Amino acid sequence: MRVMVPHGRHRSPRKRKDMKRIVWTSALLKAALLTWALVTLVASVGPARAWEQAPIVRNCTWCHGTSAQGYTVAPRLAGQRPLYITSQIRSFREHTRDNPLSKQYMWSAVAALGPDVARDLAAYFATIPPRPANDGDQALAARGRAIYMEGIPEANVAACYACHGPNAEGIREIPRLGGLSRFYLRARLQQWGQGYHSVAGSPMPVVARSLAPDEIEELTSYLSFVR
Amino acid sequence: MKLLGSAVPVVMLTTVLLAVAGRAQDASSADRGGFEAKLQYCKTCHGLSAQGYRGYFPMPRLAGQQPQYLENQLRAFIERRRTNPVMANVAHALNPSTVSALATHFKNLDPRPIGGAPKQSLALGRRIYEDGIAEANVPACSACHGADGHGQNEIPRLAGQLYEYMVGQLTGWAKVRGQGSAVDTSAIMAPTAHNLTRPQIEAVAAYVSTLP
Repeated sequence: MRVMVPHGRHRSPRKRKDMKRIVWTSALLKAALLTWALVTLVASVGPARAWEQAPIVRNCTWCHGTSAQGYTVAPRLAGQRPLYITSQIRSFREHTRDNPLSKQYMWSAVAALGPDVARDLAAYFATIPPRPANDGDQALAARGRAIYMEGIPEANVAACYACHGPNAEGIREIPRLGGLSRFYLRARLQQWGQGYHSVAGSPMPVVARSLAPDEIEELTSYLSFVR
Repeated sequence: MKLLGSAVPVVMLTTVLLAVAGRAQDASSADRGGFEAKLQYCKTCHGLSAQGYRGYFPMPRLAGQQPQYLENQLRAFIERRRTNPVMANVAHALNPSTVSALATHFKNLDPRPIGGAPKQSLALGRRIYEDGIAEANVPACSACHGADGHGQNEIPRLAGQLYEYMVGQLTGWAKVRGQGSAVDTSAIMAPTAHNLTRPQIEAVAAYVSTLP
């Protein structure tokens, strides 16, 4: 694996300012490179291939894995709803998505991404066929599916299905959950329960607080196998 | 809404019971069945201000809704007169006193309409709402639902309702409501829903979604 370098830790404000300038300069450079890469590669090998090679996409796949299929803490982006990706990029930029790893990696990673580039990246990742992580516990999957489809009315757990769809495919700005890694899904649910935020108006903190730890294991196990 | 019927299997009661038993150390069961807990539960899907929510399926606005209508519908879900497996399970887990407390609470909420409906046929929608369509045997909606769309007693409030939800209900009325042999109030709407064309349904749905 590639080592992820944390940005912006233990730096003086001035250094941070310099860093910002560097980030912006490098962003401009990247934009120029990206344009160049697109112009040359679109002509020769078609748009998908061009994006794969674009430096800005490589900056994402560095952590989000080959073909954007996700890697440990960094979720799969392949097949994700483009409106969800752009909404999350915005929430990283505006520092509303505030769990520790988002702070550490994503806040700086998207600092120089304009809305147009964010939209293009989201559209690109959405076209990559997603592969399921399959890292759940098979023995828990059946109960996880029951929670997903029906919720647990007695315990005020809403049916995930009502918002995320029959096959956990998501819609609009509601994310696809099917096939995301159990590791990532569990972390998100735990973080909402601990009071971290994603986007304003999200019902997920309420949902997460209603789930018991073993139910999170069951639910995330099920989802990791969904194709 | 058709998906809602076909995709959910028969209630896996044992599974649910097991899951509930597994959270013994969690909040006491009295808390989980109480008004505040159930209110949060409703708002999870119906919007944090009960203004409605666009999930994979449109979740209707409950804010300002007529209490008697809400209670009737919850009973219809349980008795399978109105087909919706998710809501049938939800309704089963509500006791009568909680239902009336929730219904009263929702009646007094007044968030702004969620918006998002297409705007091109608002004028047509308003005409249908206020005058009906005589040649198609469609009465004026306002005759029962009120000029302001706030409804009364068992007749629901339509003002501020989600466009997609309204379209779904009016296009699928006969397949979802009034199921089984018992006749209920849903029969009143059946001929009207049947007589409206799709463009007319979209127009009137868009219009009521804008009403405060």
